[in-house]
Amino acid sequence: MSGSAGRLSQWLLPLAVFCGALALWEIVVRVREIPPYVLPAPSLIAKTLVQDWSTLSGSLLVTLRITFEALFAAVIGGAGLAILFAQWRWAERSFFPFAIVLQVTPIVAIAPLLLVYLESETAVLVCAFLVAFFPILSNTALGLASADHNLVDLFDLHRASRFKQLIHLRLPAALPYFLGGLRIGGGLALIGAIVAEIAAGSAGQGAGLAFRIVEAGYRLNIPTCSRRWR
Amino acid sequence: MPGPIVALKRAGKTFGNGVSALEALDLDVREGEFLTLLGPSGCGKSTALRMIAGLSQPTSGALQWRAGTRPDVGFVFQEPTLLPWASVWSNVYLPLRLTGVSKAQAGPSVDKAIDLVGLTGFERAFPRELSGGMKMRASIARALTMRPPLLLLDEPFAALDEITRMKLNDDLLALKAELGTTIVFVTHSVFESVYLSTRIAIFAARPGRIAETLDIEAPPVRGEAFRLSPAYADYCRRASHALHAAMGRAA
Repeated sequence: MSGSAGRLSQWLLPLAVFCGALALWEIVVRVREIPPYVLPAPSLIAKTLVQDWSTLSGSLLVTLRITFEALFAAVIGGAGLAILFAQWRWAERSFFPFAIVLQVTPIVAIAPLLLVYLESETAVLVCAFLVAFFPILSNTALGLASADHNLVDLFDLHRASRFKQLIHLRLPAALPYFLGGLRIGGGLALIGAIVAEIAAGSAGQGAGLAFRIVEAGYRLNIPTCSRRWR
Repeated sequence: MPGPIVALKRAGKTFGNGVSALEALDLDVREGEFLTLLGPSGCGKSTALRMIAGLSQPTSGALQWRAGTRPDVGFVFQEPTLLPWASVWSNVYLPLRLTGVSKAQAGPSVDKAIDLVGLTGFERAFPRELSGGMKMRASIARALTMRPPLLLLDEPFAALDEITRMKLNDDLLALKAELGTTIVFVTHSVFESVYLSTRIAIFAARPGRIAETLDIEAPPVRGEAFRLSPAYADYCRRASHALHAAMGRAA
């Protein structure tokens, strides 16, 4: 297969399939005359997106900002704690159970509490941070422990300090694992932010995407809802 | 004649789970020799090597170093064990880097080590771009950068094909002849041990101990002629016989 044909199938094929799926959706809605409050057609969703762009773009920015702030905090906290765990086993034994407790606690269960303790925007940020934090922590910790044991022996043979071992061996070995954690954490930070926003239900200046979704849902404005979930 | 570089005096190793890997091992490593530890799996030959390297401490007995403390030792593992994200040059530089030598200062030693194993021209290649034999060469070069008086190899060629292994055997003998390094080599191949060594220590298993030692009288650099000679065949027979006797006793 030539290079250009390869590129063609790489970009064109998924695009064609995506357009085909949208077209099928549009046809089903029109042929069966499904009302827009049950299932809006893609064309209607697109139209609503353009019409309401001024309010939606502001909310999008709010949610994205919270997502990225939470992800940034999760990277610093998760990777930092993983390094701490790798350097001191007792730290891992003492604190890892807390990380697991946080991980298995449903975020919707603690979001209302956080909303009581904190300002709503901070609470949303903390929720998004909590869900993004664990995959980054556990993946980085796994990566730091994954260094080839023979290479660890080699470092011991040359009497390398734990710090040198971390810099020259464990951190580079952990990088692919960390990036895997980042990929999962990035998606989760967005979900965490949206779920927390729904729980917070805050309106006005700092209203994020989730608030717009809830608001539109109350008014049976389903095209707006759909556009946001996609 | 000066004393051995290192002597294991009734060195024993019992692991935490109660398994005894070695029992009261007496072994001298003499200056300039090529000593092979030959034995079946689980006979403690690797444990003995790791003790000499300082990677494992004896639970009984002791090691006596001629110099008082352990000098620099080079160690080659069963796998090439290279940093996958670093070039050949950086991998060979690693031991010097860990001891705080700058890149500029280390340059000549690193280049020389790479030249000794015949990898000149591949300095900037990454491990994934090398064949199995070349990776092992890089690993040997890394063990040689510090010019250690003692080189320890733990079944380094076990995973390589026969042809590559024979070539590396010859190259290792040539290296030894050029540098005069004392070598301790672990293998479970009778043929390899006879081809390389000046002395073979044959291990028996459970608990690990030396059953017999065999001196090999042959020129330092050997070749096809030695491999085909009656003397080689005779040494192989004797080593093989001793090995089977040791295993029989263990079973």
